[in-house]
Amino acid sequence: MPEIALSQAPAHIRMGSSIGQSLTRREGVLKTTGTARFAADNHPPGMVYAVLAVSSIARGRVTSLDVAAAKAHSGVIEVMTPANTPRLAQDPDAKLHPFMFRIEVLQNDTVRYVNQPIAVVVAETLEAATEGALLLAPAYETEPARTGLDSNDSFIPQAVGAGGPAEETHGDVDAGLAAASARIEAVYETPAQYHNAMEPHSVVAAWDGNTLSLDMPTQAMAMTQGRIAGLFGIAPEDIHIRSPFLGGGFGSKALGSGPQVLGIIAARLVGRPVKLVLRREQMFGPVGHRAPTRQTMRLGTDDQGALTALSHHVKTATSTFDDFIEPAANASHALYASPAIKTSHEAVRLDTGTPLFMRAPGEAPGSAALESAIDEMALACGMDPLAFRLKNYAEVEPMSGKPFSSKALRQCYEQGAERFGWAARPLAPRQMRDDAGMLVGWGMGTAVFPALMFQGHARAVLRQDGTGVVEIGAHDMGQGAWTALAQIAADALGLDPDQTEFRSGTSDLPDAGIAGGSAHTATAGAAIHDAGGDVIAKLADLATGDQRSPLFGANNAGVIARGGRLYRRDDEARSESYTDILTRAGHAEIEGRGTGASDPAALSAYAMYAHGAVFAEVKVDPDFGQVRVTRLVGAFAAGTVVNPRMVRSQYYGGMIWGVSFALHEHAVMDKRTGRPMNPNLAEYHVPVNADVPNIEAILVEERDVHVNALGIKGVGEIGITGTAGAIANAVWHATGVRVRRFPITLDQLIGA
Amino acid sequence: MNRFEYARPATLAEAVAAGAVPGAAYLAGGTNLMDLMKGGVMHPGHLVDISRLPGLDRIEWLSDGGVRIGALVRNADLAHETKFARQFPAVAEALLSGASAQLRNAATVGGNLLQRTRCAYFYDTASACNKRNPGAGCDAVGGENRLHAILGWSEHCIATNPSDFCVPLTALDAVVELQGPAGRRAIPLETFHLLPGSTPERETMMQQGELITAVCLPAEAARFAGNARYLKIRERTSYAFAVVSAAAALRLDGETIVEARIALGGVALKPWRPRTAEAMLAGARPDPAVFNRAAETALAGAKASGDNAFKIELARRIVVRALALAAAGTPERVPALPASPFAGAITHA
Ligand SMILES: Cc1cc2nc3c(=O)[nH]c(=O)nc-3n(C[C@H](O)[C@H](O)[C@H](O)COP(=O)(O)OP(=O)(O)OC[C@H]3O[C@@H](n4cnc5c(N)ncnc54)[C@H](O)[C@@H]3O)c2cc1C
Ligand code: SF4
Repeated sequence: MPEIALSQAPAHIRMGSSIGQSLTRREGVLKTTGTARFAADNHPPGMVYAVLAVSSIARGRVTSLDVAAAKAHSGVIEVMTPANTPRLAQDPDAKLHPFMFRIEVLQNDTVRYVNQPIAVVVAETLEAATEGALLLAPAYETEPARTGLDSNDSFIPQAVGAGGPAEETHGDVDAGLAAASARIEAVYETPAQYHNAMEPHSVVAAWDGNTLSLDMPTQAMAMTQGRIAGLFGIAPEDIHIRSPFLGGGFGSKALGSGPQVLGIIAARLVGRPVKLVLRREQMFGPVGHRAPTRQTMRLGTDDQGALTALSHHVKTATSTFDDFIEPAANASHALYASPAIKTSHEAVRLDTGTPLFMRAPGEAPGSAALESAIDEMALACGMDPLAFRLKNYAEVEPMSGKPFSSKALRQCYEQGAERFGWAARPLAPRQMRDDAGMLVGWGMGTAVFPALMFQGHARAVLRQDGTGVVEIGAHDMGQGAWTALAQIAADALGLDPDQTEFRSGTSDLPDAGIAGGSAHTATAGAAIHDAGGDVIAKLADLATGDQRSPLFGANNAGVIARGGRLYRRDDEARSESYTDILTRAGHAEIEGRGTGASDPAALSAYAMYAHGAVFAEVKVDPDFGQVRVTRLVGAFAAGTVVNPRMVRSQYYGGMIWGVSFALHEHAVMDKRTGRPMNPNLAEYHVPVNADVPNIEAILVEERDVHVNALGIKGVGEIGITGTAGAIANAVWHATGVRVRRFPITLDQLIGA
Repeated sequence: MNRFEYARPATLAEAVAAGAVPGAAYLAGGTNLMDLMKGGVMHPGHLVDISRLPGLDRIEWLSDGGVRIGALVRNADLAHETKFARQFPAVAEALLSGASAQLRNAATVGGNLLQRTRCAYFYDTASACNKRNPGAGCDAVGGENRLHAILGWSEHCIATNPSDFCVPLTALDAVVELQGPAGRRAIPLETFHLLPGSTPERETMMQQGELITAVCLPAEAARFAGNARYLKIRERTSYAFAVVSAAAALRLDGETIVEARIALGGVALKPWRPRTAEAMLAGARPDPAVFNRAAETALAGAKASGDNAFKIELARRIVVRALALAAAGTPERVPALPASPFAGAITHA
């Protein structure tokens, strides 16, 4: 794809060869010089601008829009309302698979939540479209909004998260609690959090007959292609998506959001390319959020501090018209050995946009509650929180009894605790002060995230000139896919990274699967590895079957590909270059294909997770309750580390998100109207530099031969888990006050 | 329709004439006004850009030892002016605790004084707000009002003034200089902002067309330089408005307080100067018991306007701490985390 400048970018700095090396980001120069082209940076000839008008009410119907006023404004080309929006080939409320969510694309005048699109104004300039949208002055028929976890009847959902059961039981929790010598029961609350990636959702759409060209950020090109194809009744292959870079996705850009689809419809209606970019406040509604939760934890232990029961019940919310249930209780499935574990979910329907995956969906709020409860239970047993966790260390997956494919959590605990200095921690709270008189507290949490894989495909080519090409429609959300996957590609072809052309980021390349679930490097990496293996096997066939080759007679398994040559495994003195093999065989190039997916046999035999241990130090002002995290040490074991620099930065990012979860982030919703009252980055607080402490991420060695051929687990989300709980526990340790409502704000601590 | 005339007058006289037209607004750094216009909160029919008016961007030292700060001096420039920061350290500390470095580079002194409340309902045009739309009602009452006023509010408006800068300025008897169609006048900052009463749309003593030309600090204000602090409680370490804040300044003679100044931020629609509390401190020893009594007095009239009763206790405590910090002495330099409780030692006098 010539328009993706990356392939012309100067060669990245190389510090060694391939997997395991800390290569710098290949697109780093493009990004730091502002030349990386994000979706909204595209301006095809004739392009016009679309701006959304959104609902200010949470529930009801639009009764009028002053379309004439908007149309009369100079520069306005069209106003799209339910009256003139083209009908779609497929009902946008249809749900054909669990990853398909209902979207509002002006098919009727119903309003289901605040900031729902109610019209689109298309104009020659962004300013004219913006002004046109303001002129619409909508009137509504308003019904009372249902806004809090107690404002509607609850129900037991059919499924939670991406399709798991709402309730899971192992052993007898009630009996376990009854037999316990110590028990705790506590209720934790987490707020609604809204997706606020740096890059808002955007699309630049251009139709040519029935083919559609799209510049849009997506975490799942093939799925987005399929979704849009269905809505417009066209073939998926007639949709060309370019998504070389995302300015963050975090789960909100996987599926093709309603606003992006509206940009595509608008382009069809006006017959010109259209750009549509959400305003920051419009992120608070149509593009998913993390639903609030109320979590009831019940734990019991015997007189040795061994868990006898663990019960995790979650009440959460979904929209009135679709289901996404934050699977928070599932965070209790895999960490602690207990003869009885029960996880369950209930939900209420509220007048909000449908919640959606947000970085560590379920795990983040679930871990915050679980790790707080574990801390409370340890205290009830009079035990050090780390000793308590070790006492209840799960040697097998507690609910299924399956062995772990690998689990270096013990080493994470050891290395993290050592680095942090955990051993010096006094058991009782409120024992430590710094020189300035601030209360100091230390807390910890265990991190866990499932090692998932989707299905992905790749193509690999070896060329007579000794170079290679690997193609895969992968997604770089900032995590470093351009770099890490290229490293895997180079190894898969037995070439130097500079000899390997890596093509990615467009939908005409083989489907790499979803960039989500912390599964992208594992999935796309396994596909690349497989494709490389395929083409190397073909090359080996050419050599070993040819009497003129020094490799003649060595069977396939008997060669190694390295540095552009094949070597006999049993006699490395015998080798031949790719160029010589292909030249003699008369091939300009040869091609291999590969697939990455989890191995069903391994899946049924093993439980697969990445693990970690996070240690936090906080300081709390004794009078004001203002909290600052001053130190974070995370030790994580997640299988093969493809690129330590990228992996560390994922852990840092996750841990900072954990700081945000613990202390800052929450949507302030007006209970009466359902309106988000802080829909901007001045008031929707996330940590700023002064909130981000000295962070260390320790990469704990772990080899996993079962998860996939490369031994890769995910690193994208695990950093949040453990961290929020560790900070909450540190706040307790500093103050003696157990705050069970996140974020931990000073009003909950003053008087401490 | 959001149409407005834009003018960039060359002289102060022209600016005042242009600003006298009903519906006109002055544009300085634009960090507040532009946001409000883009959000549909303010619709000035005439935008009078004063950002390049000559002569208003100077810091002048007066012969009597006072200082006259031009209205167009940037917040950052003022805070980093060495002599100013040495003489009025609490003001510099307050400025540096506000917003972000980028905003402080753009924001002006005059604009800071006139920045409007951060009440979310004021910004949200779908909500009722008496300030934005007189007589419409106040959706903050009974709404999300954790951070709203605890002093001087009325049922018509429970918002707060968000400025940090104004808090120490008020404590130090700053005076606002205005130039208007009817001439020049000066108003003490303490009486410049108005409490809401039944007319929350009236925010200051200014008349249409009046322009802030300068803010003056009297020579006496510099006498507090050795014992002056600003302290700001926030929901993150930086880049957040105050939950509550306080300026405290003391003149000490050995172990005796000769004169005390206190002002509170984030508690009312104006910087709050508890003069009775100040008076109690004169002649007293700077010790915690005295500071506690002063703080009790300062907050005696406080009343929650919603889910914000915690702010009363917080405000009481911040008065005590700010006084203690002031008594301990102004630090050599503005701390790296200005006005933060995490800036340095918690000193109990
Ligand atoms: C994200 C964010 C965070 C912030 N955080 C803080 C904070 O923590 N603490 C804090 O104190 N402030 C904070 N601010 C506010 C900031 O200090 C003000 O926006 C700034 O001081 C306004 O100055 P300006 O020159 O940009 O004013 P403008 O936006 O240009 O003007 C503001 C108002 O003053 C009027 N005006 C300006 N100059 C004059 C004059 N000379 N005469 C008459 N009228 C005039 C304008 O007409 C307008 O009504 C924050 C702002 C933002 C956007
Ligand atoms: S508190 Fe004041 S500013 Fe806020 S909504 Fe009410 S009237 Fe408006």
